[in-house]
Amino acid sequence: MRLDPEFLSRLQFAWVIGWHILLPAFTVGLASFVAFLEGAFALTKRPVFLHLSQFWLKIFAISFGMGVVTGIVMPFQIGTNWSRFSDAAGNVISPLLAYEGLTAFFLEATFLGVLLFGRKLVPPSMHFVAAFLVAAGTLSSSFWILATNSWMQTPVGYEVIDGRYFPKDWFEIVFSPSFPYRLAHTVSAFYVTTAFVVLGVGAYTARRGQWPAEGRMMLRLALWFLAIFVPLQIVLGDLHGLDTLAHQPAKLAAIEGLWDGGRGVPASIIGWPDQTAERNVAELAIPRVGSLYLTHSWDGEVKGLKDFPADQRAPVAIVYFAFRIMVGIGLLMLAVVAAGFVLMARGRLNQTGWYLRLCQFTTCLGFIAVIAGWTTTEVGRQPWTIYGLMRTADSVSPSLTGSNVLTSLLFYVAVYLVIYPVGLSLMLRLVWRGPVPSDEAVPIGGGRPKSPIDALAAPTPEITA
Amino acid sequence: MTPALDLVPIWTAILGVGVFFYVALDGFDLGVGMLYNFAPDRRARDFVMNSIAPIWDGNETWLILGSVGLFAAFPVAFAIIIPALYFPILLMLLALIFRGLAFEFRYRDAEHRTFWDHGFAVGSAIAALAQGVILGAFIEGFKVEGRQFAGTSFDCFTPFSIFTGVALMFGYGLLGAGWLVIKTEGTLQDWARALGRRCLIAVTLAVVVVSLWTPFIDAHIAARWFTWPNIGLLAPVPLITAGLVWYEWRSLNNRSEYAPFLAALGLFVMSYVGIAISLWPMIVPRHFTLEQAAASQSTQAFLLVGTLVLLPVILLYTGWSYWVFRGKVRSDIGYH
Repeated sequence: MRLDPEFLSRLQFAWVIGWHILLPAFTVGLASFVAFLEGAFALTKRPVFLHLSQFWLKIFAISFGMGVVTGIVMPFQIGTNWSRFSDAAGNVISPLLAYEGLTAFFLEATFLGVLLFGRKLVPPSMHFVAAFLVAAGTLSSSFWILATNSWMQTPVGYEVIDGRYFPKDWFEIVFSPSFPYRLAHTVSAFYVTTAFVVLGVGAYTARRGQWPAEGRMMLRLALWFLAIFVPLQIVLGDLHGLDTLAHQPAKLAAIEGLWDGGRGVPASIIGWPDQTAERNVAELAIPRVGSLYLTHSWDGEVKGLKDFPADQRAPVAIVYFAFRIMVGIGLLMLAVVAAGFVLMARGRLNQTGWYLRLCQFTTCLGFIAVIAGWTTTEVGRQPWTIYGLMRTADSVSPSLTGSNVLTSLLFYVAVYLVIYPVGLSLMLRLVWRGPVPSDEAVPIGGGRPKSPIDALAAPTPEITA
Repeated sequence: MTPALDLVPIWTAILGVGVFFYVALDGFDLGVGMLYNFAPDRRARDFVMNSIAPIWDGNETWLILGSVGLFAAFPVAFAIIIPALYFPILLMLLALIFRGLAFEFRYRDAEHRTFWDHGFAVGSAIAALAQGVILGAFIEGFKVEGRQFAGTSFDCFTPFSIFTGVALMFGYGLLGAGWLVIKTEGTLQDWARALGRRCLIAVTLAVVVVSLWTPFIDAHIAARWFTWPNIGLLAPVPLITAGLVWYEWRSLNNRSEYAPFLAALGLFVMSYVGIAISLWPMIVPRHFTLEQAAASQSTQAFLLVGTLVLLPVILLYTGWSYWVFRGKVRSDIGYH
């Protein structure tokens, strides 16, 4: 079999972005959560907020560090493997990536240091400001990287000269049609993902009974938050879908598994999309409901896959199933949150063992949904890198051979399979140790080797003066 | 958008300064990472790592700025240079992953401390080597057809680029030693000075070899340096470099605390200037000048507006964080 540099490059990109996105999915929410805890502690002076902030900061430090080093890989991918895309689209997308660096990465990197070690060095208000700036950095990063991605999904505000794309209207480019929905849906997904982790860790902590106040607080904060954000996320997802219908009809048809377009189309619940036969095998579908939720009318018109040439269709089965996994998890989340809310209202949350165990199992739900959602939108964009304009096949670097890319892919696989299990086990170890209230004089863990940052905290006491 | 105003010189300056910031800042902490391997004991290793722990992340961020800055200001150069350097970039990225994670993992994962110690030192060394190969390959230039790199992914590995790779390892080692002289005292500082002297000897040899080798790569470079009146006008470059080598040697041997680091930085400035003189005005040697490779006027202007505001702010808070962490890594706290 001949090795195809394009296919392998796509596989490599999927591999490095798939692992990387798990970290922002967690740290964007966690940064805001820590900023909230710091703010709550500054206002109320209740120790439970301080203990929780200290506890989550340790986990944040590991996950954020992993996010940084796997994130540096990403901009280089665009150059090493997709140089024809870089040349064609550089004038439009490169400033967006540069703005991400300028507004987010420096802010995060610098103030993370203050956040991690600076509690003794800077006044409490400054410590909260540092937490706030790190959180603001993560959101700014989301803004710019999703603006870039959205332009690739729904390109506007450009002109084509000699086959290359040039900017005409920067406002249109940044706020492309899919951007507001994608930004809201993605950031909300990141927040929900983090909240489910907090819920799961809160449940575990509550079950152990060693730190009842901390466990209870995590459970209640997470449930209140999720009670708002899970329904909101479902609404945002629906809006995002309607936007896709308007601007990326071929992607939407793949999501729906809809081959024959027209009026009053059915809603496919489950089946097996057969790309060559152009139909769904063993399908369960509800007549006319597809039109109802897509166009909000029983006989609204929707385009099907057959309305597009075969070489302009995404790999339907992947998009179809990824979407159903995402939606299924969304509904499962809704059920978990509703049950928890009923228990909380009856005051039985902490005594209901089965529910706390359930919450431990649902810790990872958000991550799976994020990967499924990302797969839906990215595979759904195929066969284009810039939707409708530039094909993925025309984007790959001409100098690469299949064995070049296979070699690099194997290296990435090997390295990520070392660092992710280690990182996860270290975070689990911190969860297992629990929200041990740490003495402020000995910031992290008495008797254990201090993190390098703590060791440096003492030499400059004059800052506190 | 007024075509009257040429933004290319401004972007050349911003990118030039940005890349130099990366080389200087991550250079010294990659150097510290390599010297870490030679630290006499565990206690010394803790000190060495502590000296850069709070700032390495910010330092490495300049790498992202350098790469996306190149993409934004000179997109076609990015599209040619980056794929041409496929394997050195891969090695650099993987090495930076291990080295970056070693900071947290080494302390949280006590059972595998030795593994992460090696991850930190070897990762730093490979990252430095890969960056030196990138530099050498860049000076030698790339095979280009149209607007794309037309060579193979292994073209970048040549005797010259391997040599510059090893040379940059010693260069970063010298910067790292200078940094450790600032941050440590007593026997540890003496150890840093001793390593610094060895690195300086290697750096001096490397600078001489590269200076003599480069003109043979390209007749234009030879002409630039060795024709009249350039030979006279450019004579200060080698002369100042020689002076800095002498000053560096002296300050490593006397009790100067800051001079070894500053003189090492000076050597980097001079080497950087030397390379710039050799290649000017090309951004893809022999194929694209800065003007030819520049992004559209609108792209440059859109990014410049924000950069002129944001970059000074970044420099301010970066400076502030260095100020917070100033002073020696002290012996009465940390690891026992």
